[in-house]
Amino acid sequence: MTAELLLASLQLSTPEVILALGAMALLMIGVFSGERSATTVTGLAVALLIIAGLMLVMKSPEGIAFGGAFVSDPFARFMKILTLIGSITALVMTVGHARSQQLDRFEFPVLIVLATLGMLLMISANDLLSLYLALELQSLALYVVAAINRDSVRSTEAGLKYFVLGALSSGMLLYGMSLVYGFTGHTNFEQIAAALSAEGRSLGLVFGLVFVLAGLAFKISAVPFHMWTPDVYEGAPTPVTAFFAAAPKVAAMAMLVRIVIDAFEPVVADWQQIIVFISIASMLLGSFAAIGQKNIKRLMAYSSIGHMGYALVGLAAGSMAGVRGVALYMLIYMVMTLGTFACILAMRRREGGNVESIDDLAGLSTTNPFMASVLTVMMFSLAGIPPLAGFFAKYFVFMAAIEADLYALAIIGVLSSVVGAYYYLRLVKVMWFDPATDEFARTPGELKLVFGLAGLFVAGYVLIGGPIGEAAEAAARTFF
Amino acid sequence: MGLQALFFYMFAFVAVASAFMVIAARNPVYSVLFLIVTFFNAAGLFLLTGAEFLAMILLVVYVGAVAVLFLFVVMMLDIDFAALRSGLIEHAPVGALVGLVLAAELIIVVGGSTLAPEIASNAAHPIPPIAERTNTAALGDVLYTDYVYFFQIAGLVLLVAMIGAIVLTLRHREGIKRQDISAQVARTPATAVEVVKVKPGQGL
Repeated sequence: MTAELLLASLQLSTPEVILALGAMALLMIGVFSGERSATTVTGLAVALLIIAGLMLVMKSPEGIAFGGAFVSDPFARFMKILTLIGSITALVMTVGHARSQQLDRFEFPVLIVLATLGMLLMISANDLLSLYLALELQSLALYVVAAINRDSVRSTEAGLKYFVLGALSSGMLLYGMSLVYGFTGHTNFEQIAAALSAEGRSLGLVFGLVFVLAGLAFKISAVPFHMWTPDVYEGAPTPVTAFFAAAPKVAAMAMLVRIVIDAFEPVVADWQQIIVFISIASMLLGSFAAIGQKNIKRLMAYSSIGHMGYALVGLAAGSMAGVRGVALYMLIYMVMTLGTFACILAMRRREGGNVESIDDLAGLSTTNPFMASVLTVMMFSLAGIPPLAGFFAKYFVFMAAIEADLYALAIIGVLSSVVGAYYYLRLVKVMWFDPATDEFARTPGELKLVFGLAGLFVAGYVLIGGPIGEAAEAAARTFF
Repeated sequence: MGLQALFFYMFAFVAVASAFMVIAARNPVYSVLFLIVTFFNAAGLFLLTGAEFLAMILLVVYVGAVAVLFLFVVMMLDIDFAALRSGLIEHAPVGALVGLVLAAELIIVVGGSTLAPEIASNAAHPIPPIAERTNTAALGDVLYTDYVYFFQIAGLVLLVAMIGAIVLTLRHREGIKRQDISAQVARTPATAVEVVKVKPGQGL
């Protein structure tokens, strides 16, 4: 690679380079100024992520860098901006909880920045090698962050469980990749697609495809690779759970979309049936298993499994409308999740700290009507009730499925969202009709800001949906 | 030729003999030390075939990291190796059978396989002739050019692993004596020695 080529590649990946160098600089600041620097480093980390996001919003050159390993296109840009918003919001939400959950160490924001860097690289990965390395960068940082409250048994258990199962899924992914490489002779996505359309598929490639999809399904916690999700969500410190539920899901979904639509485009029929199966299984499990939950973080874990199933409906369609649906779904899912977790983080007693049981929300409408209203809007939106944002998210993916003649998938999706509505509405009932027990402590300003903005977005989506839909459409046009 | 053959037989003999001693030694610490000898001789064999990069990596990774880790484990864990070894003679026939099967498989695979000629021409980066370019230089040619992106991300992954290990295990405890070179060098008899007058018959 000549100097000019390297320079051009670095220009295409400027946000990533900034994050990588910035993370190292933050590490140095933290090491040299000691334990007290956690607040400073968190502030600087947020600033760093905002700078990377602004660079993506302002100008984003398109093209392929590093000899085909890295691609910068409108789809990557859309998903990267989403991921950065998710990370920034999650980091802002940790501020008030840093002390009680042992997050007040400068390594925490540094790890979040490195995980975000991994996610951006995942979204831009255009080669099996870069995809795997970026995924490991992200996952390794997430394992550590899950166990960061190392004096809590539940947090360390969550970290260990996540690590062991994540290592297993990485093994499956690598095995699949080695088969794909062996049977096509390439690791680059375009070259894999070219080899597949020239030579057709072989049995070995189908095996490889199944293993790759299994490994990726683990990362988005789709059934039957979802088992880690409730335990990790429940055990990890709540601000960390909020982070897990938003940004990594968006990045992993973007990566899944790119690999199936780009690399395995010639074998649509083979991957479509796998996606349809995991989509149906996720939607059904997400709806039914959440009914019996008493802990709100576990409930959100099952809810996120279900929502991944709905997003996969769009991917199963394999069309431009489908990819657009996935992009919109991930945007709306992320906003709803962050808003809900801001409310969960605000569930804090004056003495005794954070509480996580659904019953603790009883009578919230009398003690804190603003938060109760926002949480109600979130729940209605998660259930998919018009005219809130969640309805449009589901509408676009189901329409894409119907256009692709996947009627059974769309019907099962609609039915399971009816089942899912039960547990979301139960939360609303607890808040508005159950007698109040005890008041929560005063809500910190940053949480109020987050759930206020999320509530505005979800309620006002009808008004602002047009430009967002166009942006998603531009992103989806990348592949078609 | 003669000298090379001499070294080959020396390395090969010592490698096999010390590998046998790994399982035969009574003291587990000796076993690990014999393992290190085996690694050194295997590295010597690699050097003889011209694979100098592999030889050095074997030393750095296996002797420098893995064997030392083994040594730590052996010395820190209280394992009764005598009890572990008690069934050695009874299970020897089964072990020999497994060994025979493995050897037979190796012979069949290695004996029956040939390298397809087109594979060499398909390679994105053909191996340069060893007389012109050493392994290390040939690896460096592609590692820091075509694969620089992967190399850098791998570096970041290792950085995360290091941060993670420190975050999750390092605890700052009070009352631990740490090395402080400037303080140690600055010690004078005045700060280090205290002259005490001892009264006769009383002691300290």
